[in-house]
Amino acid sequence: MVQEAAVGADGKPRIAGAMPVTLKINKKQYSIEVDPRTSLLDCIRENLAITGTKKGCDHGQCGACTVIVNGRRINSCLSLALMHDGDEVTTVEGLGDPDHMHPLQDAFVECDAYQCGYCTSGQLMSAAALLTEQCGHSDDDVREAMSGNICRCGAYANIVSAIQQVRSKS
Amino acid sequence: MKQFTYTKTSEINSAVQEGSANKTAQQGAEIRFIAGGTTMLDLMKLMVETPNKLIDINHLPLDKIETTSGGGVKVGAMVRNSDLAHHPYIKSHYQVLSEALLSGASPQLRNMATTGGNLLQRTRCVYFRDTEFACNKREPGSGCAAIDGDNRMMAVLGTSDKCIASNPSDMNVALMALEATIHITGKDGDREIPISQFYTLPGNSPDVENVLKPGDLITHVSIQPMPPGSNSTYLKLRDRASYEFALASAAVITQVKDGKIAHARVALGAVGTIPWRSPEAESVLVGTAPTAENFRKAADAALKDAKPQTHNKFKIELSKRCLTHALKLVTTA
Ligand SMILES: Cc1cc2nc3c(=O)[nH]c(=O)nc-3n(C[C@H](O)[C@H](O)[C@H](O)COP(=O)(O)OP(=O)(O)OC[C@H]3O[C@@H](n4cnc5c(N)ncnc54)[C@H](O)[C@@H]3O)c2cc1C
Ligand code: SF4
Ligand code: FES
Ligand code: FES
Repeated sequence: MVQEAAVGADGKPRIAGAMPVTLKINKKQYSIEVDPRTSLLDCIRENLAITGTKKGCDHGQCGACTVIVNGRRINSCLSLALMHDGDEVTTVEGLGDPDHMHPLQDAFVECDAYQCGYCTSGQLMSAAALLTEQCGHSDDDVREAMSGNICRCGAYANIVSAIQQVRSKS
Repeated sequence: MKQFTYTKTSEINSAVQEGSANKTAQQGAEIRFIAGGTTMLDLMKLMVETPNKLIDINHLPLDKIETTSGGGVKVGAMVRNSDLAHHPYIKSHYQVLSEALLSGASPQLRNMATTGGNLLQRTRCVYFRDTEFACNKREPGSGCAAIDGDNRMMAVLGTSDKCIASNPSDMNVALMALEATIHITGKDGDREIPISQFYTLPGNSPDVENVLKPGDLITHVSIQPMPPGSNSTYLKLRDRASYEFALASAAVITQVKDGKIAHARVALGAVGTIPWRSPEAESVLVGTAPTAENFRKAADAALKDAKPQTHNKFKIELSKRCLTHALKLVTTA
């Protein structure tokens, strides 16, 4: 027998203690209810099925989950979805798509800046934020600014080339 | 993660009032403030922190950096580490603080981490972070798995037979050298605590880490100006070049007059159970010439009482060389 309280107004199962949150992700607004424990990362991936953002460590140690919130890059695994009510989130899907690639996405392809690709969406979001931050001109400056994104395949050299290529053109 | 209720507030008084229902503000707290979340959520996922209520303080009006009439600065508890590090006044007047902040964590984490939260970050002791192991800090009376375990990262100063965990912070080492003051609003009103009296040594109760009581909210950190003509720097040594905690670090402030050190402040990171101010090194330095020999004497004095564990004896020499080099950098700047 289905208990009434377990089903919300929309007919979907209700989570005990769930709370409402509204997020604007890649310019589209989503109003949902989440278990308060839901990280911003899990909310994006699991609740909203926007899966470009990846989970590596879930503890702030790898950068795979990097997204841009209100113009700043953060690790979405160490933030609660509820802490972002009304916030504007950009994920890799909002950066560009296969038909309209962001210059960074083009450069990553051109420079071979990935192997398995697992870290790539995080790298791209960090790189996109870097373009708007104070960052020196040298490769070392870029390495330091990108140090919050670990690449297990070690594509670092090509990631730096791709970013420098875009910076030199802009 | 344990289930919890979530509330948020934009008023200091209501945050303090809600927090006051806590039985403790130390390990085991049932009500926790959440700021950047980079310590809190990390430890909640590990079940090291198990609050049943989180109070989101991200909307409190404490996000300003203000210069004071005397040339000092007052930093709101919600100011993000990246904003503090890049603030023009901090960069030009408190280089040691900007450098310490920029040496910590990653750009993403620094965009989240707050001044108040950073003051209260927890040790990275692997046994503290893993509930399978005995840990007096996490579970008082259970023992300390680090003493007979892997203790390479642990402290050599301020340890006890109950806990040898190092304090991992960079920012707080700089704030120690700058003699910062921590401003707190609690259920009995406002108070100010010099940072030198904020942290408590592990002793018999490593679960207690500072003087905070239930309801206490850090509102600001204030810093006096450095003496005119002084220089400062932060040097951090670690296993990899970036995005890594320190093995040894040093925050130093010196003022050289007529070939002699007239003023010195020294604090060490990663070697103490708390961010470690060294009055011993400071008194060796003051009145002497800025020479390699005197720097080494100061470093020897700073580490005089160091007690190594099985795997971290190297930290004593590393810390001395770190301090010596930082002093050289700052006096030849
Ligand atoms: C992968 C990783 C690497 C890191 N590397 C470094 C490093 O190299 N150097 C370094 O120094 N740090 C490092 N850190 C630690 C980081 O600096 C801290 O996690 C951060 O500063 C904590 O700030 P927060 O705002 O996120 O705190 P939160 O996680 O929100 O809170 C931490 C604690 O402070 C309490 N709190 C927060 N604000 C207040 C307030 N205003 N009043 C009273 N209580 C409050 C909370 O209740 C909680 O107990 C690293 C962290 C991670 C995850
Ligand atoms: S050193 Fe301290 S934190 Fe680490 S296991 Fe021992 S008691 Fe716990
Ligand atoms: S998944 Fe967030 S930093 Fe690794
Ligand atoms: S491309 Fe494989 S982890 Fe970076």
